[in-house]
Amino acid sequence: MGIQERLIEDVGLRRGVSQLTPEKIEKVVNAVLKGETGARLKTYAETCMRCGMCAEACHFAGSHPGDPSYTPAGKVHQTMSVLLDKKGRVDPDFVYGMAQLAYTECNLCRRCVHLCPIGIDTAYIMSTVRRICHKLGVTPQYMQDTAHSHASTFNQMWVKDDEWTDSLMWQEDEAREEFPGLRIPLDKEGADIYYSVIAPEPKFRTQLIYQAAAIMHMAGVDWTMPAQTGWDNSDMCMFSGDFEMMGRLKRQHFESAQKLKVKRIVMGECGHAFRSVYDVGNRWLGWRWHPVPVIHAVEFYWELIQEGKIKLAKKFPGPVTIQDPCNIVRGRGLQEKLREVTRFLVDGDIIEMHPNREHNYCCAAGGGVINCGPPFKNVRVDGNLVKAEQLKATGVKTVITPCHNCHGGLHDIIHHHKLGMELKFLSDIIYECMEKPEV
Amino acid sequence: MNAAYEFVTGPLAWAAWGIFLLGSGWRLYSMRQLAMKKDASSWAFMDLGFSLRSIVNWLIPFNALGWRKNPVMTVTTFAFHICLIAVPVFLVAHVVLWTEFFGVSYATLPDNVADIMTLVVLAACLVFAGRRLGQKEVAYITTGKDWLALVIVTLPFLTGFLAYHQVFDYQVMIIAHIVAGEIMLAAIPFTRLSHMVFAAFTRAYMGSEFGGVRHARDW
Repeated sequence: MGIQERLIEDVGLRRGVSQLTPEKIEKVVNAVLKGETGARLKTYAETCMRCGMCAEACHFAGSHPGDPSYTPAGKVHQTMSVLLDKKGRVDPDFVYGMAQLAYTECNLCRRCVHLCPIGIDTAYIMSTVRRICHKLGVTPQYMQDTAHSHASTFNQMWVKDDEWTDSLMWQEDEAREEFPGLRIPLDKEGADIYYSVIAPEPKFRTQLIYQAAAIMHMAGVDWTMPAQTGWDNSDMCMFSGDFEMMGRLKRQHFESAQKLKVKRIVMGECGHAFRSVYDVGNRWLGWRWHPVPVIHAVEFYWELIQEGKIKLAKKFPGPVTIQDPCNIVRGRGLQEKLREVTRFLVDGDIIEMHPNREHNYCCAAGGGVINCGPPFKNVRVDGNLVKAEQLKATGVKTVITPCHNCHGGLHDIIHHHKLGMELKFLSDIIYECMEKPEV
Repeated sequence: MNAAYEFVTGPLAWAAWGIFLLGSGWRLYSMRQLAMKKDASSWAFMDLGFSLRSIVNWLIPFNALGWRKNPVMTVTTFAFHICLIAVPVFLVAHVVLWTEFFGVSYATLPDNVADIMTLVVLAACLVFAGRRLGQKEVAYITTGKDWLALVIVTLPFLTGFLAYHQVFDYQVMIIAHIVAGEIMLAAIPFTRLSHMVFAAFTRAYMGSEFGGVRHARDW
């Protein structure tokens, strides 16, 4: 049992490994371990009592009953523990397996923290393994492509500068038919809200920008979107292990907001991007907190509702269930606000999945796993039988989840298991149900 | 035999306690220095209130998700750790030694209670060993270090139980018991048993992150 028995061909991993020598591996592993890790890794490695309690945490383990190589401690056992025990003296074939495991069989969702009595952060350990793989040049091709896009364009999807502003103006133009007077204000200095999105929105989910603009317009929000780079808040470099590039991306995002002298950044309905801006990138840059306050769309919508700025013409027919995105629930505690917003929007019950809130299972797409692309699609779909069963047990037709990765992951799970459920962002529902002007 | 007893309760005991206390202190100090130097972005978020919130919530049996999902382990590990600490500290025969050597005296456990608690420790060690052998997800990750820790902890209780009940030669058994206990003390800073020194801090760190940054429970 173990990763070496389920290797999947990937051009990026294969090519990276082909250029390795044992000497280079040893040098890089030890450079990262000595240079970039400290007391956290040391205490985790030393005090993990190998009790196996974390096995219950992981959707991959739950979806492969009887195979301990999918448990959190089992994954560390096959990767970081070996690097530490052998002091980096491992061969290139080992690195292939280690990279496949770290990039595609752990979503860095941190559910295992809730199962470990001494609080070992397996996500941190797997991130460090990924960091080593990145420095070794062994990264999955699809993920590396997005990282290259970040490095070249400061967005994840190779969106060119003019395409970005064109997309915004196109959506503004479309929306003015429905909402006369609607603007998507570009580079408005001193706006209350700086709205940032992930690059897949202009690339292929453009209606989300339309909907956000409609909500901002009807709520009378003083807002802006940046015309220049910095508009993409996503970050595959955080997940590939390219922390230098992650830092550049986050700096660009914050500085773009600072240049516009905005009061706050509101991030669209994405989980990983929120993690990168709220929790990770700021630290890499040496900022304890954020130079510009950052909130997630869930919290923003919650505020608008509290202030009476979202008026509904109708309610969305329930019942619905909620997929709690790890990065804004375990990562920011927005579970209750998410439910309050949902109750405001939906006529009918919220049928909870069990477990839920901080204890919810990951979608198996997050942590960059979905970005590893088609070669690993079945890893995450088969690796989340647990989620399929959770969804099925609710018996509802609508799943609300304010996260792009959750959408991607659940979409594939729902189709694979023919669950016949539809996925909704909060903004889908707000847009559908809100009062609109008579035109 | 008397000379051996004198040795294990004299110089060897001083050495074991010295290694345990100084070793633990040194490990804590050097780990703190390392954390401040290399983990500054984590260190910055350490928070006493959130640390205690997390520790307290994990000290309540069946409160944290981890305990609820692993009921056998929960009962075993709570019983094990309570007895593991209470028996050696409050055993009449041990308190007598403190009195004899340093004139210190304090409350003790009745011998029959301590005897049962010793059996609880031994039974828990059997459960732990059984999990390592028979439970797939535990067997898969078990290493020599884990067995070593288990053996080091089992021996003082096994030998103590046998000595108290005067099975085999009492003189030999009591010396074996003292040596086993001293090995355990000295091993704490340098084996898996170092979780005695570090666990509160790893838990505290996670509590601080979840409390102060992520505004979510970590139990």
